[in-house]
Formats: sequence, structure tokens, C-alpha cells
Amino acid sequence: MKYALYTGCVAKGAGRENLVATYLACEKLGIELVEMTDAACCGAGVINEDNPMVADIMNARTFSLAEAQGLDIMNICTTCQGVHRKAQRKLEGKPDHMARVNDELERDTGRRYKGEVKVKHFYEVLLNDYGLEKLKEKVVNPLSGLKLGAFYGCYATRPPEVNDLENPDDPDELENLIEALGATPIRYDERLKCCGFPIAMVNKKNSMQLGGNAIVSAKEAGADAMVTPCPLCHLNLDAYQPDMESRVGRKLDMPILHIPQLVAMALGVSKEAVRLQTHIVRPTGLLAS
Amino acid sequence: MASKVTMRIQRFDPAVDKEPHDQDFEIELPAGITILKALNKVRAEKDPTLALRYSCGSAICGSCALKVNGHARLACKTQVSDCTIDGVMRVGPIGNLKILRDLVVDMDPFLESLGKVKPYLEAGNGSVPELERTQRPEEFLQIDPSTTCILCAACYSDCNVLAVDENFFGPATLAKAHRFIFDSRDVDTPERMRAISAKTGVWDCTHCGECSTRCPTETKPLERIEEIRTKAMADGFHGNAGARHALGFRETVGKRGILDENYLPARSMGFFNIPGLLSLVPIGLRMMMRGKNPPLIPHKIDKVDEVKKTFARFEELRK
Repeated sequence: MKYALYTGCVAKGAGRENLVATYLACEKLGIELVEMTDAACCGAGVINEDNPMVADIMNARTFSLAEAQGLDIMNICTTCQGVHRKAQRKLEGKPDHMARVNDELERDTGRRYKGEVKVKHFYEVLLNDYGLEKLKEKVVNPLSGLKLGAFYGCYATRPPEVNDLENPDDPDELENLIEALGATPIRYDERLKCCGFPIAMVNKKNSMQLGGNAIVSAKEAGADAMVTPCPLCHLNLDAYQPDMESRVGRKLDMPILHIPQLVAMALGVSKEAVRLQTHIVRPTGLLAS
Repeated sequence: MASKVTMRIQRFDPAVDKEPHDQDFEIELPAGITILKALNKVRAEKDPTLALRYSCGSAICGSCALKVNGHARLACKTQVSDCTIDGVMRVGPIGNLKILRDLVVDMDPFLESLGKVKPYLEAGNGSVPELERTQRPEEFLQIDPSTTCILCAACYSDCNVLAVDENFFGPATLAKAHRFIFDSRDVDTPERMRAISAKTGVWDCTHCGECSTRCPTETKPLERIEEIRTKAMADGFHGNAGARHALGFRETVGKRGILDENYLPARSMGFFNIPGLLSLVPIGLRMMMRGKNPPLIPHKIDKVDEVKKTFARFEELRK
């Protein structure tokens, strides 16, 4: 198995541990990755608002780069994943627009997007391409006794037409993955809510309340830690957790893990190697031992 | 074929209940029945005191929105068979509004929020036409989606921001603003854009996508919010953190192909906003202590010239 790895910006900046863990997990699984060092930012929905045409060209450019390699794209960020899927759906649903985008793309790069590449998140690769049964066979360090609350992130479930979840309103996919790694999934009320990251600079109070509510919900349901496929959710829920504690008026102490970190640890990689020590909220309890 | 379904309905009578509670009704329902019809069957056969609001039964009046298995839907437009999990379907009132009784909520805050954006045409003081104010079909197409709103409040119910801040304009109100901002006959666009760029306005939306996912019409508020923001960026309404955030993306991705995470927060706050910049210090230090701060010399993607060419050309077009 071989994929073009689209890192996204955060895995090259404030969330480098996500990228490190992805490489370690994929090495254990025999999944070959070719990093797309030439791909540009997906725009995170923001460039799309500033200039939709530029955003479409940037994403078509990314797809064309993967097509040139003959590989499907693997994302490690649900925001990148959601933005890519939305872009693909828009381009493929509007042939005239796709032709115009391709004309602009060709002018600057000499390439066109053919509509052949598939984009998948790492967890989708595990669930759909690799298979949970095969993954279970590779688990050497089952995360037994660990109660984990999956935090999906908005783009993983909405809009429903651009994700592959069987039931986006009440999904099981990440819980199934958690179970395959030997841990106990905890379902809680706020697991599909927004973490508040997109408005952290616009309305910090609301952002902290959204994130704080999500953590409180997971904590009250009995989660030892939360795990997310979105590094932006991770950034808000982890790095801003002290501010969220002030907002909700209680101590939270909730470690927030990236999915690849969890997978890598179950496959035998040490918690130091997946850089749990770089998190703002350092894991306690079972994860610390 | 008929099947037995457990309808788990949230009940609340302010005269006797302190908190809402669930009540199960086991009922035989024919195939192809909507939730609205099933609820009326419960009233007819099980409990006539069950309160709900509805009118047309045809997805036009917007009065029968409620939560089914935790998400807002129109009762008249949703099949029971699509929402039954292991023979059970949960039904409750829509969210973010005060429950008056059972499935009926107080719609006043929702309807009042529409007043924040002058939900009527400002045609100016010019000459009054003899008949109507006309529009070309292509002009109408711009507002076609936002005119389809039936004010059902499904978006309001599931909006993540409204759940934590009742002052947020909310998706339906922003879609209503879109309907007049993009109306070719309206003369008040700059004032509308100014009003909507303020705190709790168009930039306070988190993009969670609940509104468009729950919307039973073609209004799709998130898409309308995105169109308003595009117009704000194009028309130069940049004096707020949301717009500056978008400028930060344009400036860094257009130059390096990748976001500069050191530049972006300061750009969003505003370089002369001293309290705003100081508010970034604790998190900056926190991340530095863990070695999580983004590299001081920002990356650049390979083949960045391709990206620069595209951004530069479209910047020229913008002028």
C-alpha cells in the first residue's frame, strides 16, 4: 500500500507530533508514504471564502500532483480532508467550472486535474483499505483499560455528502478503531460538536466555551483521554485547555491524542517516540505509565 | 407493512415538571408514515395531551421542526423508517430555545433575531415604479437559495455557536441578511455589510456545518455565510479579526504555499491591537515550553512559484 501523504500546515508547524506518529504507525503497518512536499495549503475553508477560484485552483493543483505520481492522497487532518472532498465534489459536479479551473492551473503549472485521485484520511485508510481485522493482528501493545472518547471534528461528519461514514449523525467508525486497538470507546454527548478553533481569534470566549463543553462532556462520560483525527481540534482542546478550564470553571486535565499517536502506541511505538511529552496537557494515568 | 415502533418522546409540563423527561409510546405504524403523522397517531390513540406545533404537513410552513435522535428535522418531511434504530426513535423539541410544553418551544428569540439585519427591502427614496420593482432572472438566481427559507429554526436549533452565545446572529438571520445584501433592488448593501461585520455577526460562525446539514430547504445557511464573507473580503470590510484572519491566509499561503502559524495569530488580532497581541503571549509561551511553537523561519513548499503565480494573477484581477 502506498499513498501520497498530504501533511497539511499544522503537522509542519504546531502539531509536528502528528506527522512523526503517522510515519511511525505506517512503518509498522507496511504502508508506504510519499510526502507531498510540493502541495499547497488546502485553504481550510478560509481561502475559499476570500477567493473561491484561487482555492479551487490550489486544491486542483494538489490533486494533479498526486495524479502525476499515480497515487491516492492520504490526509492526516479532517479539515484538509473535508476541504479536499468539498473541492472535488464541486469540481466534478460542475464540468464548466472544472474546465476553467484546469485552464488556470495549466497556465501556471502545465498540469490538469483529471478527476482520478481519491482523498482519504488516515483513519479511513485503516478502516477501509487496510482493514480492522488485519490491524488487530498487528497490535502488540493493546491499550487495555484505557477509556477513550473520540472527538470527530466538524469536517469528519459534515456535510454528510462529502464523507464516507455509514451514519454521519451517529457514527461508529472511530469507536470501532479505538476498540480494535484494545481500548474502550466512550460515547459522549458532544463528540460531534465543534471544538471552537475556527473562532479562537474572533471570539475567544465562545471558542473556549465550545471546547470546554466538549471536554466536560467527555470527562463526565468517564473518558481518560480524548482522541481526534483533526489537528486543529487537537490544537484548541490541548493548547487552550488552561483557558477552557477558566471558562468552564473547573479543572479538566484531559489529554488530547492524535489518531496516529494512538495507533502507533498500540503497534508498539513508545509514548516518547510519538511525542506525548510535547502536549500541553501531559497524559496521566495509564498513558503515563 | 405495519411495524411496532417505540417512540421515545420528550415530555415537559411546566405546571408539574422541573425537568423534561422521556416517555415511551409503543405504537403500530404503517409503512411510509412520516414522523408528524406518527405523532398525531400517538395523540389520537395514546395521549391527547401531547403538545406539538404543526400546520401544513407539506414542508412549506416550517412549524413542525423537532429533534429526531438528537438532530433537527421537519417532522412532516421525515420518514419514521429512516429514523428508527433497533425499533426505537427519540423525539424531542428543537434546541437553543426555551421549551414551553412537550415539543413546543418559544420561537420569539429566533424571530426577534431576524430583526438584527433589517429583513426587508430598502429600495431607497427614488422614484416609485408604477408596478413592481423588477429583477432580471440572473439577478434573482443570486438570492434564489436564501429566499427558500421557511423559518423552521432547524438551523437555529443545532447551531453550535448559538448553544454558547445567544447574541450570535445565527444561521437563519445571516441567510436572511444574504437575501437582501445580494438583492439587486436593495440600496442598503454597504450599511448591511458594516452591520454584519460587527462582533457576533458573520465572522463569529465556526463553520461547523450543522445549519446546512439540518436545513430542509435550499437555503443552506453556511453557503450563504461563505458568500457574505467573500463579498466582505472583496468590498474591503477588513476591520475585524475574521477578515484579517483571511488576509493572513492570503498573504502567507500566496507567498510560501503554506501557512505561517507565527504570523497568522498576530495578523488576525491586528498588529496595533496591543491587548489582543498580549492575549496571545500565554499560549505562545505554553507552546514554546513544550517545543511546539511553529518554526521561526517558516517553511516554503517545493514548486512554490506555481502557487505564487496563481495568487499574484488573481490579486491583479481583484484590483
